[in-house]
Amino acid sequence: MTVEAAFYEDLEITPDATTPRKGKRRFLFMRNAKALTGLVILGFFFLIALIGPWIAPYDPNERSSAILQPPSWQHLMGTTHQGQDVMSQLILGTRSVLVIGFVAGTVATVIGVLVGVTAGYIGGFGDESLSALSNVFLVIPQLPLIIIIAGQLPSAGGLTVALVIAATGWAWGARVLRAQTLSLRKRDFVEAARANGESTWRIITAEILPNLTAIIAAGFVGTVGFAVLSQITLSFVGITPTDEWNWGTVLYWAQAQLALQRGAWWWFVPAGLLIALFGMALTLINFGIDEFVNPRLRSVGLNARSMRKRKIRPRIGFTPVVYEAKEDRA
Amino acid sequence: MRFFTRRIVFYAITAWAAITINFFIPRIMPGDPVSALIAKNQGRISPDAAEALRALFGLDEDMSLWDQYVAYWGLLLHGDLGISFTYMAPVVDVIRQALPWTIGLVGIATIISFTLGTLVGTGIGWRRGTWMDGLLPLSTFFSAVPYFWLALIAISLFSVTLGWFPASGSYDRSLVPTLSWEFIGSVIYYGFLPAMTIVVSSIAGWMLGMRNMMVTVSSEDYVTVAQAKGLKERTVMMGYAARNAILPQVSSFALSLGFIVGGTLVMEIVFSYQGIGYYLFSAVNAKDYPLMQGCFLVITFAVLLANMAADVAYGVLDPRTRQEG
Amino acid sequence: MSSPHEDPPDAPVLQAIDLRKHFPVRGTRNRKVVHAVDDVNLELYRGRVVALVGESGSGKSTIARLLAQLMPVTGGQILLHGQDATAKNRTAFHRYVRKVQMIFQDPFGSLNPVHTVRYTLTRSLKIHRGRLRGVELEAALDELLDRVQLRPAARYIDKFPHELSGGQRQRVAIARALAAEPEVLLADEPISMLDVSIRLGILNLLRDLRDRLQLAILYITHDIASARYFADRTMVMYAGRIVETGDSESVTQDPKHPYTQLLVRSAPDPDDLESRARGARGEAPSLVAPPTGCRFNPRCPFATDLCRTEVPPLIAVGEGREAACWGYSDRADRPSLGSVLDAYGERPVVDAALLDVITEGDR
Repeated sequence: MTVEAAFYEDLEITPDATTPRKGKRRFLFMRNAKALTGLVILGFFFLIALIGPWIAPYDPNERSSAILQPPSWQHLMGTTHQGQDVMSQLILGTRSVLVIGFVAGTVATVIGVLVGVTAGYIGGFGDESLSALSNVFLVIPQLPLIIIIAGQLPSAGGLTVALVIAATGWAWGARVLRAQTLSLRKRDFVEAARANGESTWRIITAEILPNLTAIIAAGFVGTVGFAVLSQITLSFVGITPTDEWNWGTVLYWAQAQLALQRGAWWWFVPAGLLIALFGMALTLINFGIDEFVNPRLRSVGLNARSMRKRKIRPRIGFTPVVYEAKEDRA
Repeated sequence: MRFFTRRIVFYAITAWAAITINFFIPRIMPGDPVSALIAKNQGRISPDAAEALRALFGLDEDMSLWDQYVAYWGLLLHGDLGISFTYMAPVVDVIRQALPWTIGLVGIATIISFTLGTLVGTGIGWRRGTWMDGLLPLSTFFSAVPYFWLALIAISLFSVTLGWFPASGSYDRSLVPTLSWEFIGSVIYYGFLPAMTIVVSSIAGWMLGMRNMMVTVSSEDYVTVAQAKGLKERTVMMGYAARNAILPQVSSFALSLGFIVGGTLVMEIVFSYQGIGYYLFSAVNAKDYPLMQGCFLVITFAVLLANMAADVAYGVLDPRTRQEG
Repeated sequence: MSSPHEDPPDAPVLQAIDLRKHFPVRGTRNRKVVHAVDDVNLELYRGRVVALVGESGSGKSTIARLLAQLMPVTGGQILLHGQDATAKNRTAFHRYVRKVQMIFQDPFGSLNPVHTVRYTLTRSLKIHRGRLRGVELEAALDELLDRVQLRPAARYIDKFPHELSGGQRQRVAIARALAAEPEVLLADEPISMLDVSIRLGILNLLRDLRDRLQLAILYITHDIASARYFADRTMVMYAGRIVETGDSESVTQDPKHPYTQLLVRSAPDPDDLESRARGARGEAPSLVAPPTGCRFNPRCPFATDLCRTEVPPLIAVGEGREAACWGYSDRADRPSLGSVLDAYGERPVVDAALLDVITEGDR
């Protein structure tokens, strides 16, 4: 930029930047192909969870004489050793999985935000004790702890499991948030807000938290994934009651009835695929958030040809920051 | 030095917390497991075992909670973890027999996964826009799949259908554990499938982490300077970029030890691999409380030790931590 | 606008008396402290600018934060309109902050990247001027932006900080401070991070505000040339202490303290290439264990034993001028001062052998 241009720019004659309005800017994140795919898949699961009871062809507990049948037109995913329809079990299981996953994820994230941001902001002894607390929870291995607690509870159904998972899994997010808050706290705009007379509460909620949304979102998504996986593992292992249908219990029965050895692949393959699909959806959303926050990662997915088209030659130590939208090229 | 002191203090606190949690869990859970157990196992529990049990679970009504706690610590420091109901043997012995298997399996699988993942991640992160980028979505899929399902698939594929590997067990039952080639070969044979499953499902995490860090680090100025000095590309990639990018990997490795343990647990259950996770699981099912608690304690301590080792490694790798404060 | 306080024109608005700030050094056993600020006396008057000049680590930013009451003082007093202004609670701090505002060095850092200009200024208005809504709020926002020469206001009001240039951001930061209708503006290196071509615009804006609003401005900078352009009085800081004060013209044209002489000569003068060849030796001293006596003595070519043992007070050296140097005192053992640059002589040529050693070690 020439000296004159800079001079004028400072005063009045700014080129009218055609930046998108505030509303559109928020959804730039949505344009990311990965995140969009993830959200679509997630939406599909939500739909199934919602309308499950109506679209499931059979009652999952209903037995029939069609024992251990491979997929057919009557039973799209085959039947179990008692003639129960596998697909109905999976469909109805979706609701339980999603509810527990999101409840656990929400509770864990809330605890994590409270502990992490507070620790990062107040510093001193409060910070030391809160970090010690979260570090302890972080180091103690979660699954054995969950298994022991759940194994000793008389009835470890649904929400109880969700709460136990949340109680053991909040520490990760808290630690990340604390580190971020510590670095944000030193930034000038926090000091400026203090110098302007803002109250501590408002500084935390209105100045610091908005800068943390990306991390909190990513943490939430990750925690949901972890919660779902934990719950399914628990069901598979047989700790949670086996009459509540979810994807894990399907696998539990499959293994208990030696589906592997009997070659009844339709019993255990679809359940796993669903879990993988769900996990992948969450990971994709997280990728999208990552790339949105760190523009350097955006171009990594581009293949060589499309980069050459844009006349960018990837070299060592050179990271092209590629804009997602045309409007961004101010 | 301060860094290490702080970490040691932290681990001491965590160890104490783990022991205390272990102490409290049976006491705050509803129901009285021990009496029911004793009733169930009429006559099969020796008075000594019953005593140890009472101390472990604090069912001596005449002792205050604090006294029970102290007694519990007393037992622990004597190396007495109680007597297992199912095996009628001291818990310590059961665990001592099972632990090497778990450590062997986890250790080897994790090391392979970490090393391979980090190396591949380094390569992918360094050279962008090549075919290697395609590896990433593939491995992400594998890591979204739960360990145990992958294990089931692996079993059904390699064991049932192809018959290449055995479906369960840690070694051929007809062999007696000795340090012979035959035995070791059998161990490797039986352990291959579980280890491979662990590697395949966890490698994506290391790859992704390392690749992200390499992308960030390779745009730093000191890498450009190293390049400008005319050093070989491999030297720059390894000695400058990777050396710095690996630091977060080490710390995330330390943090993920808890998860690794959880995954191995399930792995052992699926493969009936006789490690500590398997025993923990069967203890939970059989309501064998001493064994359950003993396993949990040992697992936690193992994770703590591994964390400490990772901290030492981090302190060695990152000179900034060795400075004051 | 609030009516100006009923001060006689010669009474200072903000006064710092014997200000001292020591930071504890963490982790050491023998309670070491960083002597960031020692024995600083400062007066700010309405409609006049005082410049505080010093190098990095001299303590000038700390003084700004002490005066803004962002951190407590270790010793000394802050007087606002002659009264002790130490804010002991939230309301007292609020009242103080209405009168004394601060602008920061980094124009990007001092604005929250997730908030628009509108939000930032509205917050400031809400805190200091109470409930303003609708048309009144819009009018107030327009007026603020107009005051900092961002016209038309509509073009800037809904922008995010990263959509503005450095100069524009700094103007927004100034507008935020003005929303409080302060009497004192503490400007901590407001132009150091701006492009050179923009700096003049901002300084002119500040000067304009000084005249129209009769602000008392504390202008902190490391660039003594801009102090001469903009400030009425200049104070020079070194290692946490004031070493010279006086009106800007005299201090920059005829510096008395050896350190000020170095500072002034180091300002690039394209007409005098000769003097640029000569330079100062040494680095800034450690503030944890500062040199005994005059803190400049390790770098001063005229230092005597007196300088190494006793801290010099500010001694009058002319009309309204003071310098903290024993050379201007009556003591028998005082140093005899000359031209600092003559004393230093030519800068040494870089040792070629040394260069080889450096590049060798990297292979």
